[in-house]
Amino acid sequence: MLLPINWLKDYVDIKVDSKTLSDKLTMSGSHVESIISLKDNIKNIVVGKIESIQAHKNADKLIICKVNIGEEILDIVTAARNVNEGDYIPLALVGAKLADGTIIEKTDFRGVDSFGMLCSLSELGYSDNVIPKEMRDGIYILDREHPLGEDIVKAMELEEDIIEFEITPNRPDCLSIIGMAREAAATLDLDLKEPNIKIENELEDISKYIKSIEIETPNCNRYYGRTIKDVKIGPSPQWMQNKLMEAGMRPISNIVDVTNYVMLEYGQPLHAFDADKLEGQKIIVRQAKDGETIKTLDDVDRKLSSDDIVIADEKYSIGIAGVMGGFETEVSPATKNVLLEGANFDDKSIRLTSKKFNLRSEASSRFEKGIDPKLSQIAVDRACQLIEEIGAGRVVKGNIDVYENVKIENIIRLRPERANKILGIEISKDEMIKYLDNLGIKSEIKDEFIYSIVPSFRLDLELEVDLIEEIGRMYGFHNIKSKPLVGVLTRGEKPYEKQIEDKAKRILQGLGLNEVMTYSFISPRAYDRIKISEDNKLRNYIKLINPLGEDYSVMRTTLIPNMLDLLSRNYNRGVKQCLFYEIGNIFTPKELPVKRLPDEDKVISFGVYGEKDFYYLKEVIDKTLNKLGIIDLEYIKDKELDTFHPGRTARIMLKGEELGVLGEIHPDVSENYEIKDKVYIGWLDFEKIIEETSLDIKFKSLPKYPSMNRDIALILDREIPVGDIEKLIKKHGEELIEKIELFDVYTGDQIPEDMKSVAYSITYRSADRTLIDEEVNTIQKSIVDDLKEAYGAELRS
Amino acid sequence: MKDKMIESLDEIKSTGLKDIEGVKTLDELEKLRVKFLGKKGKLTAVLRDMGKLSGEDRPVIGQTANEIRNSLEMEINSAKDSLGQKMKEMKMKEEDIDVTISKEELILGHRHPLLHTLEELEDLFISMGFSVVVGPEIETVENNFDALNSPENHPSRDLSDTFYINDDILLRTHTSPVQIRAMKELGAPLRIVSAGRTFRFDDVDDTHSPMFHQLEGLVVDENISMANLIHTLDIFIKELFGSDMKTRYRPHHFPFTEPSAEVDVSCLSCRGKGCELCNGTGWSMELLGCGVVHPKVLEHCGIDSEKYSGFAFGMGIDRITMVKYGIDNIRLLFENDNRFLNQF
Repeated sequence: MLLPINWLKDYVDIKVDSKTLSDKLTMSGSHVESIISLKDNIKNIVVGKIESIQAHKNADKLIICKVNIGEEILDIVTAARNVNEGDYIPLALVGAKLADGTIIEKTDFRGVDSFGMLCSLSELGYSDNVIPKEMRDGIYILDREHPLGEDIVKAMELEEDIIEFEITPNRPDCLSIIGMAREAAATLDLDLKEPNIKIENELEDISKYIKSIEIETPNCNRYYGRTIKDVKIGPSPQWMQNKLMEAGMRPISNIVDVTNYVMLEYGQPLHAFDADKLEGQKIIVRQAKDGETIKTLDDVDRKLSSDDIVIADEKYSIGIAGVMGGFETEVSPATKNVLLEGANFDDKSIRLTSKKFNLRSEASSRFEKGIDPKLSQIAVDRACQLIEEIGAGRVVKGNIDVYENVKIENIIRLRPERANKILGIEISKDEMIKYLDNLGIKSEIKDEFIYSIVPSFRLDLELEVDLIEEIGRMYGFHNIKSKPLVGVLTRGEKPYEKQIEDKAKRILQGLGLNEVMTYSFISPRAYDRIKISEDNKLRNYIKLINPLGEDYSVMRTTLIPNMLDLLSRNYNRGVKQCLFYEIGNIFTPKELPVKRLPDEDKVISFGVYGEKDFYYLKEVIDKTLNKLGIIDLEYIKDKELDTFHPGRTARIMLKGEELGVLGEIHPDVSENYEIKDKVYIGWLDFEKIIEETSLDIKFKSLPKYPSMNRDIALILDREIPVGDIEKLIKKHGEELIEKIELFDVYTGDQIPEDMKSVAYSITYRSADRTLIDEEVNTIQKSIVDDLKEAYGAELRS
Repeated sequence: MKDKMIESLDEIKSTGLKDIEGVKTLDELEKLRVKFLGKKGKLTAVLRDMGKLSGEDRPVIGQTANEIRNSLEMEINSAKDSLGQKMKEMKMKEEDIDVTISKEELILGHRHPLLHTLEELEDLFISMGFSVVVGPEIETVENNFDALNSPENHPSRDLSDTFYINDDILLRTHTSPVQIRAMKELGAPLRIVSAGRTFRFDDVDDTHSPMFHQLEGLVVDENISMANLIHTLDIFIKELFGSDMKTRYRPHHFPFTEPSAEVDVSCLSCRGKGCELCNGTGWSMELLGCGVVHPKVLEHCGIDSEKYSGFAFGMGIDRITMVKYGIDNIRLLFENDNRFLNQF
């Protein structure tokens, strides 16, 4: 919302500068986005009068203007075609600055010196989207006489800045100059002067032009129409054009400009129809028929449905209500008589229609936020007054006003002590009443209460607390003295799951891994890229109905694609090594299509490449889980897992249940992700980790007695996992085996094919005595015997 | 005989002393010791003839021999000390290293800056007596909008603003539904914060991401006012950004709070003086949104809005992280470039 201060001053006697004004309005709740200054961008541009025009001897396309600036007459060479003798124009003098920063210098145009430059609107700083089409390329011609040499800033009233506001959706009344004037008046404690609407001459009667207006839909609350005769279509006066341009609208023609002017002024969009083109001199407001078509102002045929409200005459629809007028009944240079429409439509319906046709206009965006029905009449009458004032037509007597279901005024009872309590302040009833009155909310005190009549333009005020907010913002939140919380002292706590998560993250940080964070949604194609088989239940993912694109369209059931994406990104950016983990949610539907909220389960994923191997990641997982109090993990080789290398993948088991998976990814998958290095990926069910974790640590006393070491080297079948051997070893020696350390695995020379050599160092220790050789030798022998029996393992000599 | 022995002893002494002087290593020294003083050494060899001496001469020779032994032993010991010292020095000289070499063998792990900030914020609020609660990323329209008093036709409900799974289920657009869950579950009084992922239909650009993070806070108790809200947030902001930080509460609109405010904080780069980053205003805009909980929201959750009142606040963690570390592009947070992560 652009608020030209120049225009604002028509209604409020603002004395402060634009910076102060915008600061005060900001603190009373109107959020200022920027302050636009036209005057600061230009310098030394003055009003000049073209006294004569001569041809340029050496250039057909150039002319020489003698421009009078009062004190002197300057030669100005220009290529512009639209200037005539006697025109008043903006002239940039030598040394002048244009809005784009250009500095004007004396210039030789093929032998003739030019002492300045005639200016267009764009050179004065107006943006192209508000400059009238016919003026786009030409010199701006002032429409009346001005003192010669007068600064253009004064002549065109550019002294005042324009403030741009962000209006919140609860305050559609602020999408108007008068609405903002009301805020400014209340904020600065000044009077609001609304326009005095009076039409000097009315003639004939509306019935001559319009027979009837009928509303046949519940979605139109009011329709107020008046007619104008003897319309003379032409440009509107420059004072009106300047205001429109400053408020961000392009001037079109006098009638359209008046409707736009009033819309900006009051916030009520108006529409002008060519009254002579209405079939049957009738207006019918109805829902469109399904399949009905209309050609709109922009020359596009649009297919309507029964969800859309249309304005129709006896035969055809002539406008999409609140969104865009029809082509056939548009006001044109030939128009003689005009019907002005001030209507009030259901905001929701307008919103749906404008969205459907992707037609967001100044009008529709106001309708869809809600408009005071009282404005239908006020705005049309105001437009009539302006049309009369600028001589664009003659106002016809009478109106047609279809207005049923007039809303009853809402009265809110406000408890002053409640207001003070909620805001944490101590102010008097009278002060509260002053704030409310200033905002146009008429209030009075009766029996300790304040009774406020909600004005029709404040659609947002409904409850006591709404008035409390009004009092609060007029008092100023910045004036509220802060007070500490009182009451029962509470201890802040973190849920157990989060404590475990924090601990896991600290451990992983200590192990040298970096934490990553990725989107909760992924591409469904990722499941192909990681080679998930068609019948894998991971493919039972939840789809978004309106994703930002395929890449973000399904809720992940695995964290692996995200991890691979970013490993790939890093790899292809030349990062040599990545050691990553992420803790995030996966989403498992309870049913498909989704009817209830799905399960959200925490998973931890790992991703590693560069100078690390399977065993590194295995150790990371082991160490992390051990530190969380989870021991006795089992790794079971699995050759059948999607995504992974069949020979280098394990399922991680805890108490016989799967806790996760760890492995090198399948070469096809690394190819899909364009990683030429080995990639190791793992995931663990973090919910299970939370369940199994124990944060209690119990101290074990340090050993008092010496340990004994025995090494064994075995030759056995290559396929037998060392995990099995270790499990078997552990079964021996009761509690006497303290540590089993694998120190060598060897295949190759001196070892038969299909066999391998493994070597262990076993540490024996008793907590209550010194062990003797014999007992250790006995255990050691039984281990060797059992290994031989179970796996055919032979001692390596 | 005696004279001959004395001569031999003198000879032993003089060659011994000379040899010791010339010795280079401890090994050589040991060999000399054996050669002169050992059981089969020269001195012993000479003394072996002691029996041939007269009783008179024997003590004389004995004494001389002892003196020679002592003096040789002394020399050997002192040579041992100095040689030991010399060898230590030589060894240390060999051990000389270039201290400017860096091995880069250790790898440090790093927390993601955003998640780290999130945890810090939670901890800060815990220290102020708030408890952390969590809620799901996939929510009901009811919890995300209806219960929060969002008007039925509010634009934020549009398909162009919110990701939907079906008409009733969506990706939460803010952490506020956790408020609803907490109030329904725990009732009043209440003092909670909740942080997590949130989603809005925004294309990725320098400052937007379809997934982002919020932290939400809620206090419900008797006699809670706007003045309490300001006090609490002021403490929080000064703790987070420094005690010289100023705050500014601007009236704003949120459906679930009334009154509502946006909070500006002194620009972190110029600390309020006005710079290019803050457009000369001195303020870092819209860092938090807050307000007094709307009575309809309380009532919806079964809390008596006459007895209890509350305040709520929310903030974008992505933005706070970026402001805190001077990160200029939100994409960096989601790209997870290792070189980025290693900086935190």
